[in-house]
Amino acid sequence: MAAGRAARTGLNGLFAVYKPPGVASIRVRDSVETLLLKELNSLEQPAVQQQVRFLPNTVEGNAGKELTLTVTQLPVLAAHPLVRGPELTHLKIGAGHRLDTKSSGVFVLGVGHGNKLLTDMYNAHFTRAYTVRGLFGKATDDFSDTGRLIEKTTFDHVTRDKLERILAVIQGTNHKALLMYSNIDLKTQEAYELAVERLIRPMEKTPPLITAIRCLQFAPPEFQLEIQCMHETQQYLRKVVHEIGLELKSTAVCTQVRRTRDGCFTLDNALLRTHWNLQNIRNSIRDSKVKVKVELQRSLGHQARRGKRHTDTDQVAESE
Amino acid sequence: MAFWARQISIWYLSVKTSSVANSIQQLRKTHRTWMQLHELSVLSFLCTDNHFPQHGLKTYRSVSLGSRLQSTNSNNGQILSEETNLLSPVNHYQQQAEVIPSSDTKTLYEVWEDTPPSSALEEISEEEAVQIVAEPPLPLGSFTLQDYVDRSETLSQLVLLGVDLSKVEKRPNAGQFLLRLDFEKDIRKRLLFLKDVGVEDNQLGPILTQNPYFLAVDMEALETRVAYLKSKKFGKEAVARMVSRAPFLLSFSVERLDNRLGFFQKELGLSVQKTRDLVVSLPRLLTGSLEPIKENWQVCQVELGFRRNEMQHIVSKIPKILTANKRKLIETFDYLHNVMGIPHHILTNFPQVFNSKLLRVKERHMFLTFLGRAQYDPAQPSYISLDKLVSMPDEVFCTEIAKASVKNFEKFLKTL
Repeated sequence: MAAGRAARTGLNGLFAVYKPPGVASIRVRDSVETLLLKELNSLEQPAVQQQVRFLPNTVEGNAGKELTLTVTQLPVLAAHPLVRGPELTHLKIGAGHRLDTKSSGVFVLGVGHGNKLLTDMYNAHFTRAYTVRGLFGKATDDFSDTGRLIEKTTFDHVTRDKLERILAVIQGTNHKALLMYSNIDLKTQEAYELAVERLIRPMEKTPPLITAIRCLQFAPPEFQLEIQCMHETQQYLRKVVHEIGLELKSTAVCTQVRRTRDGCFTLDNALLRTHWNLQNIRNSIRDSKVKVKVELQRSLGHQARRGKRHTDTDQVAESE
Repeated sequence: MAFWARQISIWYLSVKTSSVANSIQQLRKTHRTWMQLHELSVLSFLCTDNHFPQHGLKTYRSVSLGSRLQSTNSNNGQILSEETNLLSPVNHYQQQAEVIPSSDTKTLYEVWEDTPPSSALEEISEEEAVQIVAEPPLPLGSFTLQDYVDRSETLSQLVLLGVDLSKVEKRPNAGQFLLRLDFEKDIRKRLLFLKDVGVEDNQLGPILTQNPYFLAVDMEALETRVAYLKSKKFGKEAVARMVSRAPFLLSFSVERLDNRLGFFQKELGLSVQKTRDLVVSLPRLLTGSLEPIKENWQVCQVELGFRRNEMQHIVSKIPKILTANKRKLIETFDYLHNVMGIPHHILTNFPQVFNSKLLRVKERHMFLTFLGRAQYDPAQPSYISLDKLVSMPDEVFCTEIAKASVKNFEKFLKTL
C-alpha cells in the first residue's frame, strides 16, 4: 500500500520517450500506460481487510453443552484482489507533439499533473530540431521513399555548395517570415531584449516556419540535413526535401525524419523501449522538472509582458 | 411472533400500495427481505445456500424460494438478485420505533393463519439470544459480485480456489449463473472430475476464470468428451495439458472436436501422430475459429511461396503461425526475404523468426548491417543463425553476436 502510493507520487510530470519508426504514436502512449499499470499493480499488495465476527460455538459449560459466541477474525473477501479487480485500471498519460508513423525521435509524454504542463508547452511555442535524410534521383507521390514512384532524374550535377546555397535561401525567406509573424517592431528596446535572449518567435499559431537549416552530410545520392523549426508537421519536412530537389533541378525523396529535440527535451533525455519502466520514468521526470519550469517561465513570462505592453501602447494610441 | 407478523404485514401493505422502490426502502428499514413472486416479477430470485446455522428456532425461519424467475433486464453483468434467507432482526429495542402503526395490521391478521406473532419485548433464552445473527441486508441488484461474495459459500470457495471473479463477472450472464450454483452439488463434482483428468490444483482457478460456463456442462457430456479424446489415443498428460491450456475444450461437443481434428489432418496433410502433437502443443487450435487458420494456410502457400512440406515442418515446430495476424506475417516475411535476403529453406529451418516482433528483427538486423556482421548464409564465415538473432535478450545479443556493448546498441537505436 505504502509502496504503491509512494510510486504514484513520483509520477507527475513530463518525460520523453524515443518513438521507434513504423509504430503509431498513440500505440506508443498506450504501451507506456500498460507497462506502468502493470508495474504499479504488482507493487500494490495491500493486506486483505479483516473483519471481526462473532460465531456461535458449542462449548462445554457448567451444565452440559452451552452455546456461546467466539470472536474470530476472518478476511473480508469483498476486498480480495481476485474479487475487486486490479487496483489501478487507468493512468492519465497525455501525448505532446505527435510524430507520424514513419518518423521517429523524441516524443514528450505527460503523466498525472504533468498534463497541465503539456498545455503550457504548447502555448509557449517551442522550436523543435529534426535530422532529415534524403535521397536524390527519385520523386514519389508522398515525398518519401515508400511511395509510388513518379519520376526518376539524374543528380550528377548536384554539388555541396549548390545545396548549401539553396538552404541559405530557404533559411533567409523563413527568417523574414518569422520576424513578420512575431509581431514586434524591430526598432524598439523590447525587440533588442528579446533578441538578446533569443526569444524572437511568433507566440501564436502560424504556418510552419524553419528557423535554421544546414547540411550535415553530403554523399550523393544521400544527404542529411538538420532543421530547426516550429509549428511543423513531418509531412511538411518531407515536402521541403522534395522542393530542395526541385530547386536543384533534380528530384529528391525523404528517407528518414527523426526528431532530435522537442523544446528542452533532447535525445539524451529520451527513454528507449527497453527502458520503459517505473524507475526510469520517475528519474526522468525528476531530472526534467527544473528545466521545464525554467523554460516555460522564460517564454510565457515574456509573452505576458509583451501582451501587457501591447495593450498599454494601444490605450495610449487611442487616447491621443 | 407478533413482531414478525407486523413486519410481514407492513411489507405486504407497502407492496400493494406503493411502488417497488418504496417497498425496498421499507425492507431496508426493517432489515428483512421477503418477496412475493407474483408481486414483483421484475426481480429475479436466487437461492443462496445455507450459510447460516439453522437450529429451528422459532424466531429464526429460513425460507428458500425454490422458483427462479429469469430477469429480463440483465445486461453487461448486471445482476438483479436478492436473498431468500430470512434474517431475524437485531434484538434492539430501538428498532421497534420504526414499526408502522398497527391499525392496518389487524385486518391482515385474518390472512395470516399461523400462530400469533411474538412481541419483540418478550424474553428469550440465552441460547436463542446467542444465535441471533444480524447483518445488513444484501442488495437486491448489483453490477458486481463483491456484494455477495462474503455471504455466499459458493463464491467464497471459488475465490479461495483462485477464480478471478472480477474477470468472470464481465462475461455475459456468468455472474448470475455462478450465484445460482451450489458448491456442494454442482461444482464439487466437476472439480473432482477435472482432477481425475489430471489437471493440477493451481490450474483449476484459471480454467474457471476463463470458462465459467464449464460448470453448466453435464457430467455425462464431459465424460463422453474425455473418453473420445482418449479413444483418439491422446495420453493422460496430453489430455490434462490440453484441458488446462484450452479451458473451452470440454465445452465443445464430440462432433465439433471430431470435425476440427479431421480438418487439421486433411487440410494440413499431416500424419495422425503429427496432428496429435500439433494439437497438444497448441490446444486452442481446437477451440478457435477455423477461418483465420484457413486464410493463413492459403497465405503461406500462395503469397509467401512456401512448399507444402516446408509448411508442414514450420507448422509442426511453431503452430502459432496458424493463428498469427495475417498482415503482420506478410510484413515480417517481406522484410526477412526481400530486405535481409534470406531464402526459403533457411526460413524453414528457423521458423521462430515469424514468432518475434518485426521491430526487434529490424533493429537487430540494422545494427548488424551497420557493424558489417549481417551474414545469414551458413556457407559463409561469421554466420549468424536466425534463432540466435531473435530469441536472445539484448545483453546476450550484443556481447556474443554483435560483439559490441549494449551502450553502443542503444546509441545506434536512437539514430534509427
